[in-house]
Amino acid sequence: MSVDPRDLARSTDEALVDARLQDATAVPESSAADVATAKRSRRERAIEAALQIRGRRQWAPPKQAKPGAPLLEVRDLKTYFRLESGTVRAVDGVSFQLDYGEALGIVGESGCGKTTTALSLVQILPPNARIVGGEVNLMGIDLVKKTENQLRRYRWREISIVFQGAMNALNPVQRVVDQIAEPIEQRLGEPKATARAKARALLEVVGIPKQRGAAYPHELSGGMRQRAMIAMALACDPAIVIGDEPTTALDVMVQAQILELLERLRRDLGLSLILITHDLSVVAETCDRALVMYAGRVAEEGAIGEIFRRPRHPYTQKLLSSFPNIRADRRTLEVIPGSPPDLRAPPPGCRFAPRCTFAMAVCSEVVPPEITFGDVRVACHLYPPGSDGAQVTVPRPNAIGASVPLVEPPPDLPPMEVPA
Amino acid sequence: MSDGGLAKTADGTGSPHDVLYRLQGMKVHFAVRGGFLDTILRRSRGVIRAVDGIDLELRRGEVLALVGESGSGKTTTGRVIVKLTPQTDGRLTFDGKDVTDLWGTTALRGYRRRIQLIFQDPYETLNPKQSINDFVMEPLVVNDIGAPRDRQAATFAALEAAGLRPASDFAFRFPHELSGGQRQRVVIAGALVMDPEVIVADEPVSMLDVSIRTELLRLMLDLRAERGLTYLFITHDLSLAWVIADRIAVMYLGKIMEIGPAEQVIRSPHNPYTQALVSVSPTPEPPTPGERAKRTILVGETPDAAHVPPGCRFHPRCPYAFDRCRVEEPPLFDVGGGQSAACWLAEGGRSLPVLPHRIQEPVPSPAATAIGAELPA
Repeated sequence: MSVDPRDLARSTDEALVDARLQDATAVPESSAADVATAKRSRRERAIEAALQIRGRRQWAPPKQAKPGAPLLEVRDLKTYFRLESGTVRAVDGVSFQLDYGEALGIVGESGCGKTTTALSLVQILPPNARIVGGEVNLMGIDLVKKTENQLRRYRWREISIVFQGAMNALNPVQRVVDQIAEPIEQRLGEPKATARAKARALLEVVGIPKQRGAAYPHELSGGMRQRAMIAMALACDPAIVIGDEPTTALDVMVQAQILELLERLRRDLGLSLILITHDLSVVAETCDRALVMYAGRVAEEGAIGEIFRRPRHPYTQKLLSSFPNIRADRRTLEVIPGSPPDLRAPPPGCRFAPRCTFAMAVCSEVVPPEITFGDVRVACHLYPPGSDGAQVTVPRPNAIGASVPLVEPPPDLPPMEVPA
Repeated sequence: MSDGGLAKTADGTGSPHDVLYRLQGMKVHFAVRGGFLDTILRRSRGVIRAVDGIDLELRRGEVLALVGESGSGKTTTGRVIVKLTPQTDGRLTFDGKDVTDLWGTTALRGYRRRIQLIFQDPYETLNPKQSINDFVMEPLVVNDIGAPRDRQAATFAALEAAGLRPASDFAFRFPHELSGGQRQRVVIAGALVMDPEVIVADEPVSMLDVSIRTELLRLMLDLRAERGLTYLFITHDLSLAWVIADRIAVMYLGKIMEIGPAEQVIRSPHNPYTQALVSVSPTPEPPTPGERAKRTILVGETPDAAHVPPGCRFHPRCPYAFDRCRVEEPPLFDVGGGQSAACWLAEGGRSLPVLPHRIQEPVPSPAATAIGAELPA
């Protein structure tokens, strides 16, 4: 199972070389080409590319993989943390699906369970956490049932993770190129020289000049380190790359560069991406679908266009309108009163009910079922089964609106609530 | 209501603007520390030009956002204003008085009462072993302000003003018992207890979740309305500046590239750097292919401040750079409406060819061709 680095260069196909050249010339992609290709949806193109490129991988998919099964299907996943003070239901019945070549964004505030969901997929959880229910089906194989030893086959080779703080995730006393070569050696059993050659090729793919590979992490800038992390995640040619807040600590311009890189890699390598972030704009920018989580549950899931243009769940609506938008009116930010519930004893009905403007009697008693309307899945009593699923817009009494004078707050403004 | 706060102060006091704080030609250079031998021989290994000559006015009652990427010198500028970092050169005027050479704890006592700083990370600002009450009261004790009973009253008042109501519920807790948003409110209370006129806020909300962020921005704006505070709001996030600021100053590598009313700087940037920043600023809307194509993603990263490029410091990354940019540094040109931009293309108030995607298909613009711009093919 040895790979000639020249083969590798050939296999990382010409599109990549082109992309690299393009990157070097400071020029964003041609607008004409963009308009022409935009006629097909991004998702279609991505899936097509993924199918083409799947043959590129030097090794077979797992033997137990079921043909025709979706790439990743998470069903009713429950991950609880055990604390002295009680059990925290961090992830409490989350389901979603990820197709080949698709990018899914998982958004929510801190503590909503988005990172725990991601870590549960490959089971790299803290010692006090446990998956208490549900399935994680990768190509039809349930990873939840696998032992620690069996899981090693899937970690990094099938699902890899780009962690948040690149400075903390990289080994400070090891050269970058060696760190990238390590998983290739360890997981794929490649000889050292081949692994190194592949690592250098990967560095170039992510836009780090080859010779910088000999650098130690502290010698690289934040953006470069994040690129190195991405190269490492690509080391074993995984089917799925999970980005946990991949751009959070970066400057706007560097963030734009990294997002462009991810987009390009997805297109050229046919990767499937899961982006975990609290930053809605990152999801709007790079993903095909978005999953909005609140207090360990799915609030709403659907195609990007639906979620961002016609958000149905009151939480999604609030979240979107509390995000500053440079292309919209100034000062139309909204406040979501209150704070997320304590997950040791979550409210019995809808978990968002205590903060929801639309809360009805049923909301605090019955857990809203997840109902699918076309391309969207939403868990809210405003959209009962059998309804048409038309968007119900939440009024915005709390907005610091453009019509509201900033200097003199209007008298009808409710007093600011202090999170308990 | 686009320019509410600013219009009010400007009209209320009549023109010209009531300048509360002025920086003139302010520079902060740090010597690069060499090895032991360098120290003995007193030789210098070069200078880091963190802030390299800026003029800035902070007007009474306004929110001025200082926007820039890391390494732009925005934090250093804030630290000079609160007198935590000495400037290398330049003049500082506060409320009509020259404070350039005001140093020392005693001399700065009155000054520090009037200008307060809010740091970015509420987790690190607060002492985990100090109660909220002690943290907020500390500046009063240190500066020997008021009798003990008055101090307690002032502390509670500050906590309530920062939205921690009732104060007695929060005062005797410790930082670990509070959420991130509440901690940042405590930090704000610590600044308010001195009843300052100016607050320098260095990335006050960047550690917080979106929904909490909005509450704090609103608190800051409410406090301005109640107390007539003036803010220098330091951030790397142009969208945040857009939401909160009356005026925006964009910094790059120690210089101000553009300054003006928020609406104008965002809607019609006259400096290519500002233009690029606006074009990549993330929005919670999926971009259309057209928007994607219009994006100007600059290549590379901000050079380090020890090696500032000659001429315009932005020229190596500028899509419009031409010969003059490589040799001569542009001053800030007035482009009208209180907006100025440091770019040769803005000379004489000309506007920038606002067609970023033009980088691919050069459309000769009268302004650019007149001065012989070399457009990348």
